Amino acid sequence: MAHCDTVTNVIEVPAGARRIVLAGNPNVGKSVFFNALTGLYVDVSNYPGTTLDISQGRMGRDILMDTPGVYGLSSWSDEERIARDAILTADLVIDIVDAVHLERDLFLTQQIIDTGAPVIIALNMVDEAKRQGLAIDHQALSRELGVTVVPTVATRGLGLPELKGRLDEARPGRLDPGLAKRLRPLTAKGLHQGEALLVLEGDEVVAARNHVAAMPSRDEVYMDRRRRVNELIARCVQETTGGATFATRLGRWMVRPITGIPLLALALWGMYELIGVFIAGTVVNALENGVMKAYYEPFVQGLVGYLVAPRTPIYQILAGEFGVLTMTVTYVIGLLAPLVIGFYLFLAVLEDSGYLPRIAALVDRALGYLGLNGRAIIPIILGFGCVTMATLTTRLLGSDREKRIATVLLGLAIPCSAQLGVITGLLAGVGPAYVLLYLVVIGLVLVVTGTMLDALMPGTSSDLLIDLPPLRLPRAANVAKKTWSKAWGFLTEATPLFALGALIISALQVTGLLNFFQWLLTPLTVGLLRLPREAATAFIMGIVRRDFGAAGLYSLSLTSLQTVVALITITLFVPCIASAMMLYKERGRRWATNLWIATWVIAFAVGGVVSQLGRLVEVGDSADILRLTGLVGLVGVGLMLFAVLYRKGKEGSRWASR
Amino acid sequence: MTLAQVKTGDTVRIMQIPDPTIRAQIIRFGITEGDVVVAHEVIPGGPVVLRKNRQEIAVGRRLASTISILPHQG
Repeated sequence: MAHCDTVTNVIEVPAGARRIVLAGNPNVGKSVFFNALTGLYVDVSNYPGTTLDISQGRMGRDILMDTPGVYGLSSWSDEERIARDAILTADLVIDIVDAVHLERDLFLTQQIIDTGAPVIIALNMVDEAKRQGLAIDHQALSRELGVTVVPTVATRGLGLPELKGRLDEARPGRLDPGLAKRLRPLTAKGLHQGEALLVLEGDEVVAARNHVAAMPSRDEVYMDRRRRVNELIARCVQETTGGATFATRLGRWMVRPITGIPLLALALWGMYELIGVFIAGTVVNALENGVMKAYYEPFVQGLVGYLVAPRTPIYQILAGEFGVLTMTVTYVIGLLAPLVIGFYLFLAVLEDSGYLPRIAALVDRALGYLGLNGRAIIPIILGFGCVTMATLTTRLLGSDREKRIATVLLGLAIPCSAQLGVITGLLAGVGPAYVLLYLVVIGLVLVVTGTMLDALMPGTSSDLLIDLPPLRLPRAANVAKKTWSKAWGFLTEATPLFALGALIISALQVTGLLNFFQWLLTPLTVGLLRLPREAATAFIMGIVRRDFGAAGLYSLSLTSLQTVVALITITLFVPCIASAMMLYKERGRRWATNLWIATWVIAFAVGGVVSQLGRLVEVGDSADILRLTGLVGLVGVGLMLFAVLYRKGKEGSRWASR
Repeated sequence: MTLAQVKTGDTVRIMQIPDPTIRAQIIRFGITEGDVVVAHEVIPGGPVVLRKNRQEIAVGRRLASTISILPHQG
């Protein structure tokens, strides 16, 4: 992308107004600042060529622009490119640092100062720093850096008025003379200081748009900067309590498997209680049945019925069983919104406390077997909430390869909350051996698919390299802001997709095609899966809403084995229509279509295998089921071995041909 | 010796980080080649958590095996 200033193209600033940019590391509390500094008018626009959004708002006469949290400026990721370009074109940068981790945060600060931008620093969470025994001389820091430093506690509103009042003090900071010397040949050629700095650090994109060659000096510049920041900290920060505190010990426990796994289990149980029982049960029931079905739907049906005759196709499409105005809205408000808010809330608490990166470190090894790294735990956790929401989150993964593997696993084997409720309900009615069979089969599909994708896809996935911030109690304001903005972002993106899906399904129902597909599926349903033919209805319903699919099975009388086969099939079966649309949006038409077809094949194949093997084993009692489980296990392990050996073989022949 | 071979509690000096992008990212987090760090926690088969002053960084096992280190006394 050689055209410069995409940022200025996206954010228009009226004449006389300043472009003020909010910058900082991830999780320093930028969103709280943004919220506090801007009024009600906030505009969110998509940054072209990426899946990231930028928020901008009015602050007095000026425009305030939020940037993604980054650890530095470069061309390595969309987030860093956006932050880089925003800072390079800013009239003023408000840099937010977390007082508790200055060693990390000040690197970006110094880099921003090195670009020559006018900077003012908000030293945030000073209360937390004090609590952890850190004494920070912010005036000394201000002198050393050459810019104003304002101590703040944004979540309590402290320091914000002072920051707002002192914005005009923003100025370019002190530049290291060695760096200045290195920059001179480039600035002499007419390059803006910030662009020169990035060229010096080897940024190809910035070099290209200034028509110079990128220089290989990043290591020296970075190391000098690192040394400078370390000296700064030694001069301005005193630690008054040393040694292990409870937080350090707890942090260790979270990461060490012996203590970490039970802790994680406890956290997941907490999540299950909060989200599974309270939200998915009580809240959703109250909203979906109590409010939406009891008041909203009849109201809409009445309204539409007034304009259009009830039995007509148009009525059906708008207000019928899968109506765009009825089902979509009921689903989004009654089921999806509470679940999504609940899951994002849980995630925000994990993130703000510093537990989340430790979970990622703990599970990194296990996820490595699937071709992913610890960071993928985030979409996986969210997947149990809503697969559509999780697919959106795969954007944070390090490589396309990982994004693909994660989206396949999500679409294929991870059941969302909507489905889980009904699945657990149905499993409660069969014996424990059957539950084991179900878990083993789904678990196997997950592991085998991940292993095979990892072995057969070209390239390698990225490694885990993350910062583990000091543990702290989550701040309500941070958590609330993060939850709300993510939930709102998701709901606005997913609702139109879901409405479109409802439209398609309604159209299919109205034209009678839905029944036709059910009829088509009969040989597979009855012959392969050995289920009653009505089960096909459940599968088709599952395309619309995952819980419809599972719920359709309640009314059929099935043997225990049939129940498990049916559950296996619908779990693996295609992602719901909203999910499918999100997949299409995130990974493109070809990939989404291939995955969609693949889940059909895999769902029926695995369900079929289990069912047919069940016939062989002549299921009589629990021992037979365990034997069946063992058989299925063997098949799965066999496939994995094949994939691993295939990959080793490919690598071997590459060596041989050198 | 590589970072993948250290044990919990070891003090080591980071000698070489071959990949330039990784090297830069680690510098951002506070650690450069030549620095002395502590293996705060080594997860069996999993990441190595390094500590320097108050900074803790988790390095995946595969990546750790590319980083060469030397044991450091005290």
